[in-house]
Amino acid sequence: MNLAVRDIRHNSGRFVFTTLGIGLLLMIVMGMGGIYRGLIYEATLLVDRVGADLWVVQGGTRGPFAEVSRISASLEDRVRAVPGVANARRFVSHTIQRVHQGRPLRMVVQGLSWPEDRGGWIPLVAGRALRQAHYEMIADLSLHLPLGEKVRLGKDVYEVVGHTRGMVGTSGDGLTFFTVSDALAIQSDVPGEAVRLERAARRARLEDIEIGRLQPLLLDRAAGPSGSIPALSKPQVSAVLVTLQPGADAAAVRATLSNWPDISVFSTQEQKDLLLSGMVDKAKRQLGLFRVLLIIISTIIIALIIYTLTLDKIRDIALLKLIGARNGVIGGLILQQSLLMGAFGYALAWVIGQFTFPHFPRLVVVERSDLMSLGFIVLVISTLASLLGIWKALRVEPNTVLSA
Amino acid sequence: MSAPAVEVQHLRKVYGSGHTEVVAIRDASLTIARGEIVGMLGPSGSGKSTILTAMALINPPTSGQVMIGGAAVLDGPKALVDLRAFRRQHLGFVFQKANLIPFLTALENVQIALEVNDTAPKAARARAMELLDYLGVGERAGNLPVALSGGEQQRVAVARALANNPSLILADEPTAALDSQRGRQVMELFAKVAHERNAGVLVVTHDHRTLDVFDRIVDVEDGMIHERPPSQPVQSS
Ligand SMILES: Nc1ncnc2c1ncn2[C@@H]1O[C@H](COP(=O)(O)OP(=O)(O)OP(=O)(O)O)[C@@H](O)[C@H]1O
Ligand SMILES: [Mg+2]
Repeated sequence: MNLAVRDIRHNSGRFVFTTLGIGLLLMIVMGMGGIYRGLIYEATLLVDRVGADLWVVQGGTRGPFAEVSRISASLEDRVRAVPGVANARRFVSHTIQRVHQGRPLRMVVQGLSWPEDRGGWIPLVAGRALRQAHYEMIADLSLHLPLGEKVRLGKDVYEVVGHTRGMVGTSGDGLTFFTVSDALAIQSDVPGEAVRLERAARRARLEDIEIGRLQPLLLDRAAGPSGSIPALSKPQVSAVLVTLQPGADAAAVRATLSNWPDISVFSTQEQKDLLLSGMVDKAKRQLGLFRVLLIIISTIIIALIIYTLTLDKIRDIALLKLIGARNGVIGGLILQQSLLMGAFGYALAWVIGQFTFPHFPRLVVVERSDLMSLGFIVLVISTLASLLGIWKALRVEPNTVLSA
Repeated sequence: MSAPAVEVQHLRKVYGSGHTEVVAIRDASLTIARGEIVGMLGPSGSGKSTILTAMALINPPTSGQVMIGGAAVLDGPKALVDLRAFRRQHLGFVFQKANLIPFLTALENVQIALEVNDTAPKAARARAMELLDYLGVGERAGNLPVALSGGEQQRVAVARALANNPSLILADEPTAALDSQRGRQVMELFAKVAHERNAGVLVVTHDHRTLDVFDRIVDVEDGMIHERPPSQPVQSS
């Protein structure tokens, strides 16, 4: 005969409410684990999807995600000349926060190396890939920009032509895809007044030095567009993505590139490791700390409720001892109640999570292995939580029955 | 002649110590044979419950011996056997009230006593049902104790006390919470159990109207047991 279940049925109110509370706590523990997995997933999503074999970045940096990396766009052509390289693409990525229709719009601007890369690799859920070199964009659904929407960024207006789902940058902001030149224009947009001031400043600097006075024509050049001044560098990109030829020796290509002192080379896996060890690591520790605290709180709550349930039936336990029940029967009663509370709480956490996690602002990824390890933890804490009650029950004297 | 159901010799029980010391039992000796029902009377605080709980192995005496079914069980406070195992195998108990586990049905309350003594659940259930029928509460088997009247609860408690065929049944004021008619029914049940099942039965009672059911009566006064001479006519005032 199972005493634990019969007692719970008799005392169901308290048991149900406590289990509900435990379920909510465990749901948060589960959710936090899921948020951590989500962070990893989102952080590495772009690196994974972009499908590069090697990442060429500014020498000495660990860019383009972990820190700023700036390299000349022409590096693309140098890399293409290396034997074994099938293709090289410019990579531009930066986060902007603008206001669109009165609400803040925060997004990651991602440049596609037009015309070789038109975004064919991007999983679209609606619309189409880019079809022209300018003024088109693909936006993630999380940005709530409908197809056909016109978005002003800098001096130009871009039309949303395609949608992705769940494509976010390392911080969870929705991704947008433009051609590289549009992405750079958005990044380096400066107001007209700033341009005029810069031209005037160039002119003033030139007038101060000898060559300016000797070559008056230079003054006219200096006041012109920056693209026509050879001394000024062209816009720079964040990285160059290398795709290798099938069967090419990745190590050899890498060795060649590593000999160039102006760049650093990383594999996709190394890029992921950089992301995870850097930005995700602290979030992981923070979430981990909260999970540990919540698990401790759950243990204490289960322990206290099991303890009070035990106190409530201390006379019944004394009576069981009086009629000769072994300690195993009594300890088992309490342990089983604790385990049932943990198990129901866990099941409840899972069910509630199924409904609530999709509505969390950031992605929650609940993995099977995490579910199993949390299940094991619940098993352990339920067992620990029963110890206080068991200790109390085993100490009670059978003649307590008589002192009513 | 088999060994007596219970035999206690020179029991002494002192509660507390120093200036809070209470001598609850001074020097008590008593023997109850199997198949015999003995009534125990005495004023409040005279030590009846203390003697009974010492025999029940839940309140060890300060000194003196307790033998049950011929086996030495307690020597003063010292246990000579596993008391809990001994209780489940050889003893049955009925107290004034709150004898039953509130979250178990009448049937389960009897069944659990059998299961803790290693009877298989199915057999335990059948035997529990049999006992409830024997005590006339078979129809109430599926009810929780709260749904039973005081008399029915005590019958279930008696059924549980009988579950493991004990050689000794101890009852402390089992009818105190019952009206006189139901009280008498329960007392007659105890007599029936003693005679039909060959158990020694000791009943502590204040009810002078049911003394006729006892084979023998002892009086407790000031921590001492006095045997009432059999010649003395049973009062029925
Ligand atoms: N746990 C205890 N601690 C201290 N003194 C106790 C304890 N139990 C009983 N006593 C004392 O021992 C004496 C005998 O008590 P006992 O309960 O055996 O009497 P009783 O004859 O059963 O009385 P009643 O008819 O009222 O039930 C009393 O003076 C009582 O106060
Ligand atoms: Mg008493």
